[in-house]
Amino acid sequence: MAKIALKVNGNKIEKEVADNTLLVSFIRENLNLTGTHVGCDTSQCGSCVVHVDGKSVKSCTMLAADANGADITTIEGLEKGGKLHPVQESFKKHHGLQCGYCTPGMVMSSIDLLKTHKNPSDEEIRKGLEGNICRCTGYQNIVASVKGAIGKV
Amino acid sequence: MASMIGSKVERKEDKKFLTGKGRYTADINLHNQLHAVFIRSPHARAKIKGIDTSKAKKAAGVVDVLTGKDMQDDKIGGLIAGWKIVSKDGTDMKCPAHPPLATDSVNYVGDHIALVVAETLQEAKDAADLVKVDYKVLKAVASTAEAMNSDVIHEGIEKNLCFDWELGDKAKTDEAFSSAEKVVEMDILNNRLVPNAMEPRASIGDYNSSSEELTLYTTSQNPHLSRLVMSAFNAVHPEHKFRVIAPDVGGGFGSKIYPYSEDVIMAWAAKRLQRPVKWVCERTESFLSDCHGRDHITKCSVALKNDGTVTGLKVDTIANLGGYASLFATVTPTYLYGPLVLGLYNIPTAYCNVKAVYTNTAPVDAYRGAGRPEATYLIERIMDKAAKELGMDRAEFRKKNFIKQFPHQQCLVHNIDSGDYDAHFDKALNLADYSGFEKRKAESAAKGKLRGIGFSTYIEACGIAPSAAVMSLGAGVGLWESAEIRFNPTGNISVFTGTHSHGQSHDTTFAQIVADKLGVPMENIELVHGDTDKGPFGMGTYGSRSLAVGGTAIAKACDKIVEKGKAVAANMLEAKADEIEFKDGEFIVPNTNKKKTIGEIAFACYLPGTYGEIKSPLPEGMEPGLKETAFYDPVNFSFPAGSHICEVEVDPTTGETKVDTYTCVDDFGNLINPMIVEGQIHGGLAQGIGQALYENAYYDETGQLVTASYMDYCMPRADNFPEFRIDYTCTPATSNPLGVKGCGEAGAIASPPAVMNAVVDAIGTEVTMPATAEKVWKALKEKSKSAKKAA
Repeated sequence: MAKIALKVNGNKIEKEVADNTLLVSFIRENLNLTGTHVGCDTSQCGSCVVHVDGKSVKSCTMLAADANGADITTIEGLEKGGKLHPVQESFKKHHGLQCGYCTPGMVMSSIDLLKTHKNPSDEEIRKGLEGNICRCTGYQNIVASVKGAIGKV
Repeated sequence: MASMIGSKVERKEDKKFLTGKGRYTADINLHNQLHAVFIRSPHARAKIKGIDTSKAKKAAGVVDVLTGKDMQDDKIGGLIAGWKIVSKDGTDMKCPAHPPLATDSVNYVGDHIALVVAETLQEAKDAADLVKVDYKVLKAVASTAEAMNSDVIHEGIEKNLCFDWELGDKAKTDEAFSSAEKVVEMDILNNRLVPNAMEPRASIGDYNSSSEELTLYTTSQNPHLSRLVMSAFNAVHPEHKFRVIAPDVGGGFGSKIYPYSEDVIMAWAAKRLQRPVKWVCERTESFLSDCHGRDHITKCSVALKNDGTVTGLKVDTIANLGGYASLFATVTPTYLYGPLVLGLYNIPTAYCNVKAVYTNTAPVDAYRGAGRPEATYLIERIMDKAAKELGMDRAEFRKKNFIKQFPHQQCLVHNIDSGDYDAHFDKALNLADYSGFEKRKAESAAKGKLRGIGFSTYIEACGIAPSAAVMSLGAGVGLWESAEIRFNPTGNISVFTGTHSHGQSHDTTFAQIVADKLGVPMENIELVHGDTDKGPFGMGTYGSRSLAVGGTAIAKACDKIVEKGKAVAANMLEAKADEIEFKDGEFIVPNTNKKKTIGEIAFACYLPGTYGEIKSPLPEGMEPGLKETAFYDPVNFSFPAGSHICEVEVDPTTGETKVDTYTCVDDFGNLINPMIVEGQIHGGLAQGIGQALYENAYYDETGQLVTASYMDYCMPRADNFPEFRIDYTCTPATSNPLGVKGCGEAGAIASPPAVMNAVVDAIGTEVTMPATAEKVWKALKEKSKSAKKAA
């Protein structure tokens, strides 16, 4: 067991976790933040992407114990004062989601993409989202959603 | 108020998904819940000599380890095939027993053997390693092509043949071929796919021993149908005490239509153990145990006149059913396939023979398009080949053979009510700039790339329905749909539908219909679905049926509301019911200033009295309340159709294919929300292009699924696609009052042949799906080798 202290969506958290607990399991099961999803068991699908210290991370690739001291943002932490984050807003406007399952990971990855690329081309957006699988949208409206949020992140 | 029909309204359902507030089955945790893990067969075919659960039962946290014997003791029935197919010799199809937990044999890798139930998931997983199964491993039957000549898998089912079905006039078709001026033949392989909804399946059973109510939370496209099957055939629990809830469901694509073993088992285990039991599928487990799609081997031929007229079509298909016959497995390669092999061509005679075989692979059932992609693939591939062999332009050849007059009775089954095939084909040719292709081809050649163009035209039979027709063909249920419009006293509305939305945006589309029909703002309309305790019995979502059938039921229930509202308004306004007009949410007496809003009518219906006097706003004898139910059974299928054009660039040095442009013009009849329709097209295209270039479920000769994770099964990613060009034509459906045809499957149906025709055009030689870089590279090498030999 490991004792960890971290910040999740601005809240200070101290918990004891089993050494083999993945960050995604910790977020879903210990913190009941079920917006972060599990879509595969090989770190391929990106449904579990969260921000760790501001960078997008597949939370199934990291142990909860290794997140000690980290500042984590999950999909639940983006809305501020009842107002959607500009990327969330853009996904809504451009119909960038259908069943919603890959969406939290897709939004978190898109935010990171827009932080690291101020004015990405379509090709850069498509390459940038290569680590996130969506089975519903054919990606076209996700690309449109990211484009629609350029300059707003 | 402007009409909501045809508006690009943003989705009502988005906010919860964007903020992490969706509630999928795996997100639900019940008080006192147990966790379950399956012991699955590592062998494709084996006899079970014994199962030793003793060590596992003693492991920490384990509550029980359940086997097929326990299910037999509790008299739980097996899974069923819900559509009876009759072979050409008049005998019924042959289906093996399909126990939810195997008792004496296993028939595919992943087949269910035992269930370990423990206090925590970790404890269940640890104990699962302690279950010892003694197998007698048998030689697996893994090949679709060889299945009929292999060992018999299920005792008494000779040649592993479920049915040998035929459709069409064989003698007339033989005659067309013997008098043909030219015959073109082709072998077609339709590769096996795994549906891969991003949300893996999950189930939670919950039993209340004092009320005897059983609840199952599950990832289902049709909770009512699941409950019916589990009650009537699996004998899990009586229907009136059994509630099935399909909360938010993360995609289905057909794979979540059927109640699976896991659903039956969670419901039963919760009842047996008197505690909630939860199971969540892992991705590899999902690859092994979800129903797969496609997997056909076909020989087909067309009879032709030298002028390019098609005079006959013959199709001979072997369809792989996998280890057992799943719920809709038998209709998928027959009635959803055979009638559609004609494409949108006026072919005077055809004959289609389908042999459905069992193999030691996961069950194969409906996957996005179900039968229609397989039909479209063969007709569009052979039409391309025929045009080339006749020396005709492939576009001109198609146009020459299109159906021109509607309604059109096809030579096999369908009577197509509406369409204009030249219109969408011509529009697509323009949008894709067909006339500029040779110039683009030269530009690609200058870069050392091979450019090809591929056409695909398609027709679907959607809106699955009508009950009398489908039941006459063997369906176990009628395929009507239900709806209930329930006004609340304060004037807002709850709409209940028997369909289920798992990405299709019903909350929005259906609210648009109600808003339009009743003049109530969208925000005052809430759609309720996915809970057997809430709405009336319904048939669920598949086959692009929700709008054409379920949407029409909603529209009809709205009509009944208006009818009652008119009677109430007439009474309140002292007019005659037949002179009341209803428009934009108001009941009006024409040429007067007398009117009542629909909200006032709803209020009056629920509070039918007047303060200070004995007077009801309702006509004498009328029941209070404002709630109407409609069951809608359509008169015909609907027939979406369209034309797709793909251009690819192949790099001959690597064999890599890039989809450079993709153009589609579809006729879905009227569109309710074009933004949502476009999204459905995009998703279908990605799955169809995925089938053509990337995806393949591959079993080796021992029946091991080699592609059982995202490391090995190539899921299409964002950088695999260009921006799709999309446009429409519209001939409204005449079979439903909304004039809609269905759009969910079109992309997956049309795109595989469009892409493959383009690839073959580019490289000048045949290649099978998926046209991976390796295969294309080898095909090019082979071609240049034979060219050298010939020289």
